[in-house]
Amino acid sequence: MTDSAMTPPKQPMAALPGGEVTEGPMLAADGTPLKASLKRALRREKLRALLLISPLLIFILVAFVAPIADMLFRSVENQIVSETLPRTVAALEADEALPEEAPGEEVFHALYTDLVIAEEYKVHTRLGSRLNYEMTGLSSLFRGTGRDVGRFDTDIYTDQFVEAEPALEDPVNWSNWMSEEEIRDALPLTADAWDAWTTLTVEANEDDPLEEDVADFVYTALYRDLANGAAPANFPDVDVSSFETVSIRALFEDSDEDWLDPEVWQVIQTYSPAYTDGYFLNSVDMMNGPGGDAQWRPDDEQIYLKLFWRTMWMSMAITFSCILLGYPIAYLLSTLPLRSANVLMILVLLPFWTSLLVRTSAWKVLLQQQGVINDTLVWIGIVSDANRLALINNATGTIIAMTHILLPFMILPLYSVMKTIPPSYVRAAKSMGANDWTAFWRVWFPLSIPGIGAGSILAFILSIGYYITPEIVGGTEGVFISNRIAYHISSSLNWGLAAALGSILLALVLVLYWLYDRIVGIDNVKLGG
Amino acid sequence: MKITRLLTATTALVATATIAGAESHVEMADEMTIVSWGGAYQESQLKAYVEPYLEQNPGVTVTWDESSAEAVAKLRAQNEAGNVTWDLVDATAADAMRLCDEGLAMEVDHDEILAAAPDGTPASEDFGEEMLVSDCFIPQIAYSYTFGYRNDVAEWNGNEPDDICDVFDLENFPGTRSLEKRPHNNLEWALICDGVAYEDVYDVLETEEGQDRAFAKLDTIKDDTIWWSSGADTPQLLADGEVVFGSTYNGRLFSLIVEQDQPVNMMWDTQSYDLDGWIIPEGLDEAQLARVQDFLYFATDTQRLADQAKYISYGPARKSSAPLVGEHAELGIDMAPHMPTNPDNAQNAFVQNYEWWADYRDDLDSKFQAWLAQ
Repeated sequence: MTDSAMTPPKQPMAALPGGEVTEGPMLAADGTPLKASLKRALRREKLRALLLISPLLIFILVAFVAPIADMLFRSVENQIVSETLPRTVAALEADEALPEEAPGEEVFHALYTDLVIAEEYKVHTRLGSRLNYEMTGLSSLFRGTGRDVGRFDTDIYTDQFVEAEPALEDPVNWSNWMSEEEIRDALPLTADAWDAWTTLTVEANEDDPLEEDVADFVYTALYRDLANGAAPANFPDVDVSSFETVSIRALFEDSDEDWLDPEVWQVIQTYSPAYTDGYFLNSVDMMNGPGGDAQWRPDDEQIYLKLFWRTMWMSMAITFSCILLGYPIAYLLSTLPLRSANVLMILVLLPFWTSLLVRTSAWKVLLQQQGVINDTLVWIGIVSDANRLALINNATGTIIAMTHILLPFMILPLYSVMKTIPPSYVRAAKSMGANDWTAFWRVWFPLSIPGIGAGSILAFILSIGYYITPEIVGGTEGVFISNRIAYHISSSLNWGLAAALGSILLALVLVLYWLYDRIVGIDNVKLGG
Repeated sequence: MKITRLLTATTALVATATIAGAESHVEMADEMTIVSWGGAYQESQLKAYVEPYLEQNPGVTVTWDESSAEAVAKLRAQNEAGNVTWDLVDATAADAMRLCDEGLAMEVDHDEILAAAPDGTPASEDFGEEMLVSDCFIPQIAYSYTFGYRNDVAEWNGNEPDDICDVFDLENFPGTRSLEKRPHNNLEWALICDGVAYEDVYDVLETEEGQDRAFAKLDTIKDDTIWWSSGADTPQLLADGEVVFGSTYNGRLFSLIVEQDQPVNMMWDTQSYDLDGWIIPEGLDEAQLARVQDFLYFATDTQRLADQAKYISYGPARKSSAPLVGEHAELGIDMAPHMPTNPDNAQNAFVQNYEWWADYRDDLDSKFQAWLAQ
């Protein structure tokens, strides 16, 4: 390919046009420096290679990497709190009541505005479910108060304003006022509430704000602005000092007294940033305690570390028993004459072609207490009828069934590596005086190790992510972390936690792969010849 | 306050407009994707109202998707992808509530979109408040979690269990049990057998001590229990003689006992009611919505719900359907005695508190799983 460019010119100095010989970088035939020329040629090569693999690369990026990255990203994503309760989050920052007691009226007013808006968009319950992962009871707190918040007694402000100044009832007037910069600056809360109300009237209700009654929360915001001493020009002058008032904090308390629980507010505060480590802490049995420090969960809620550990050791046990069972078979297959080897090969592959569920269910029939294996053992007299073996719905069941299912993944790479070991090596060893065992152990076995490596990686990585088989035969002691991930994806809908567990599992596999490379060496892995 | 009022008014208006439109032909889609559970249950829906509906509307095609078990997760994913492909989804009450909470299911006015009872009682009254657990939920049937037991266990000396607490009595009723691998119902049953009155169960379960109490009670049978996660497990385990007691959906036990004639009996004591029904996904276009509402109006009327009981032993959700429940379509036996809602069976029924579980499921689930793993 680039041979000519890569062969250095004989003379160390380049001849420039004009016959002068100067010292300088080596030049190619066209006069450009050799280094650049070489680089260009290589770059073209690389581009061509990239172009050739680009269809596959794009496909993998779009259909595989991007969705997975997006899913894993959920493990830290937490915008829902600041998006649903933007005013509350901002007000909470300024409030100093926490952690001793619930925040003051300012924060509750912000929460009122946020919640009315969230209720119209029907997103408050979603926030409730999210926060319920962190503190039990928040789901119903948001759902219940979401129902009440539209009926809060804040309409007394509306009535008093309209009574004091009828012009305040007309949304067209409002629209005019709210387009004046000075008024907006003087009445920040009102302007904000007005904007939110008009947006939601158009977006959520698909109505024209100029034909609707202005919402109570806008008047409530106006009251707060005016009570704070705002007196904008060109705006109706209403004296609010004589107004009948209502404490929004008290209204929330009426709706549910949990709103005055400082713990509730701490959870909201802790989870108000756009990103959180909460899901990751949860996946290692920890949580954000009061004040935001990570701490262990109560003993009776710790499951994930245990499950990670169990997934690891059981996968190793499964891999090991696959080696134990698979190695002799592969040995036999590779040493038999081709015709009989092919027949046996079909027996190995047959379960491969059978549905996974069928195979797993078959193990159920075989292993259960009234099943074939126990019946046979009782009939022979090895175990008594009263003490039938528990072979299923526990770790034993998972290991047996998974070993069977993953066995072909061990046998095939072993077989293809063994097939390439020349029989003459063993003959040579024997001719030099080795007995059968020495010839096998010193000559044959070392040559088959790359097959063991490949089979082990396949079986181990597959078993770490398995979940159907453990779910069916694993009972409670034989289930893996993947069963919990599946549960959080499809049942509890805690996708953030599922993503965090998945990320950890992925990282664990990569670490193990790296360790494997360090110890065994990835060059020692062969899938065939 | 005004917003709410206004909103209800507009929703009502829109709903009436759609219904009126359905009659005076706003274009109705002629395809419909219905999501259900598969198996005998879906079959009963097909026979009782989907086939009759298709006969009346020959141009319409129905596609089934047997995804109800993952309805919430899949609908959430469809919604996030902005491409909802389902038109009508069969879901349990608890799932319907969560779909409603997440804004994935459409809120409906039951009286507007559903048929009144033959005597003119409005739909909401005919179903009753205990059935309409969520604004998005259109109930079809009441089923129950209950126990079946083998009637040929020698060690029981001819005794037959008739009390939920016999499940926890290993002395008189030894043998393996099967219970569901989640906290629902199990914790309630445990507390009831620990002497808590029905109406106090959730108050007690809310406290740390109450939860400990429930788990302690379950501890007494933990070593003799197989935990199931699929509704077909218990019938299989009972038929194989792997367990002597097992909880599952009453319809599965009916099919095991009556249709397959296995040596198993039903124990109705403290059966725990649950509901199943339809939800309409949020964000259907007008034509799809019109078709779905047209179908729903037909499929949830008094006669259709009563018809469904010919094929499966789940109680129709309408009060007015109960007297119309007839005989099994193939076996010709009277179905009423096999209904969870039948007065004899319902004497000691327990009603799950969905609202409560919506709050506590995460918490209790991690406790339950940790307890199982111990």
